[in-house]
Amino acid sequence: MKRVYVNEAWCLGCHLCEYYCAYANSGLTDMVKALKDKVIRPRLTIEQEGTISFAVSCRHCTEPLCMKSCIAGAISCKDGLIVIDQSKCVNCYSCIMACPYGALMPSEEQVMQKCELCATNSHGQPVCVQGCPNKAIVYEER
Amino acid sequence: MAINYLYPDFEVQRNESRCITCRVCERQCANLVHHYDAETGRMTSDESLCVNCHRCVSLCPTRALKIVKTDHVFKENANWRGEVIQDIYRQAETGGVLLASMGTPKPYPVYWDKMLINASQVTNPSIDPLREPMETTTFLGKKSTTIRRDEQGKLITDTTPQLKLAIPIMFSAMSYGSISYNAHKSLALAAEQLGTFYNTGEGGLHEDFYRHGKNTIVQVASGRFGVHPGYLNAGAAIEIKMGQGAKPGIGGHLPGSKIGQDISKTRMIPLHSDAISPAPHHDIYSIEDLRQLVYALKEATNYTKPVIVKVAAVHNISAIASGIARSGADIIAIDGFRGGTGAAPARIRDNVGIPIELALASVDERLRAEGIRNQVSLVVGGSIRSSADVIKAIALGADAIYIATSALIALGCHLCRTCHSGKCNWGIATQNPELVKRLNPEIGSEHLVNLLTAWNHEIKEMMGGMGINSIEALKGNRLMLRGIGLCDAELRILGISHAGA
Repeated sequence: MKRVYVNEAWCLGCHLCEYYCAYANSGLTDMVKALKDKVIRPRLTIEQEGTISFAVSCRHCTEPLCMKSCIAGAISCKDGLIVIDQSKCVNCYSCIMACPYGALMPSEEQVMQKCELCATNSHGQPVCVQGCPNKAIVYEER
Repeated sequence: MAINYLYPDFEVQRNESRCITCRVCERQCANLVHHYDAETGRMTSDESLCVNCHRCVSLCPTRALKIVKTDHVFKENANWRGEVIQDIYRQAETGGVLLASMGTPKPYPVYWDKMLINASQVTNPSIDPLREPMETTTFLGKKSTTIRRDEQGKLITDTTPQLKLAIPIMFSAMSYGSISYNAHKSLALAAEQLGTFYNTGEGGLHEDFYRHGKNTIVQVASGRFGVHPGYLNAGAAIEIKMGQGAKPGIGGHLPGSKIGQDISKTRMIPLHSDAISPAPHHDIYSIEDLRQLVYALKEATNYTKPVIVKVAAVHNISAIASGIARSGADIIAIDGFRGGTGAAPARIRDNVGIPIELALASVDERLRAEGIRNQVSLVVGGSIRSSADVIKAIALGADAIYIATSALIALGCHLCRTCHSGKCNWGIATQNPELVKRLNPEIGSEHLVNLLTAWNHEIKEMMGGMGINSIEALKGNRLMLRGIGLCDAELRILGISHAGA
């Protein structure tokens, strides 16, 4: 399965991926309208210390601990893609506790959100990958 | 400073209705132009620090930024123009030589733009390069003047060493030091993929790049930085740099601040010491001396590699080239005065040397007249901007072309001409690791390959239009060129007729 991988050697810490992610999942077609004067809630996070930085997002684990820990059955696996049904989420934070990558976080509506590789929004392809100026995030089979 | 005579050249215009305060402009500007004001939640900018490199503009996800020329003016004066006055202010304040980078921006005539290319109509057929074979392979080196056969009558083909180029374009010398590791890597990877050559410049060859040796031209300049037998034998050819188009008559100066661990090792000089190349080669004061170096290098490489001698285009270039041809060099490289540089005194860059078009035409003419044109190949550079410039240069008599500024632009350079500051936001002319990593060689080499592949397509199209199916048949074919808006003296030197004639 194609996944999003990061190469920290090329990450510039520009944080554009976070903004492209927030835009991609806003459901809007205008980036300005989607993000201007808003606190963004991207589904991937730039981890940064000193001069080293890289984007962290869901690894779509073959043994997803978040899915195993979900008490509401909101998280499921569709052909390797780990997706969350936000209508079922009961806000128990079990998935946040279980995920070793910190890849789930509360959405604006408080229920959990996670990277679904832009497969479930209107973009179809991971927008963080398209928006990265230095190929530090790639979408490929490994 | 009590009085600041200098007003910023540019204004940073931010479209507030589009800015989403993602702060990418702030994070990506090494000149610290942009700042986030937490109190107002808005971005601010200090345009006095802006060099107009467009890094922020290119990365802004909502196109909220643009850089415009300031409309602040001095009182209009055709003689004492604003830039003239500002240069005087700068020197009055600092007492220093004005430094500049890349090729001269002055409005000198560009003769490429005053020459037009021929095409076939009715009396001779044009060729469609998509349907018929079209040859752009070029060999550089001495060509034999006689055909020799052995006892069985077979051709003897033991020519002196040649460089084989799949396309008649090479990347010209830019040292590791003046440009970054990643820029060098991009050039090396692209040269390998394209079947052409890149040039180490005078800074030696990083140990990681020896593996690209068969596509590398190693340079020996007046500073002899990084020159050792292994280096000379690593490349496909050796270039002796006598001069550079942007700064004829002077050497280079890479400040100690750029001489980090890797560069110090590659150049074989102490850490953080200034790398100063002398203006002349201290062992070359005549053609005979040049001949000694040419043959010393050939000896060192067992006569397996062609030797290039690179000179800047200056007055009497044809006599100089004639001397070089007789020195035993296999290839002469001539660099025109519009050529780029990582740093040069502005007055030298803007006032010394001559245009490459005129230099090329007169050198080719002189070598032919003296019957020694076959002894050397001619490579020209100094602001070749497109495939049309390449075609015109070859028709004027060049065997191949050197490009560097065009290559850097393909890597992202926006010609802001502040390479000498060492803060290149595009990761090209800098040694700051945080900036260097902005140039991913995977992307860089792909852009270079794309550029030259596109140019090669265009070269084939134009050759086809002229009814020529081999780059050899275009070489020195000045009948394929016509001048437009040129005076008699210019036409005579270029050896072409005026359009309509």
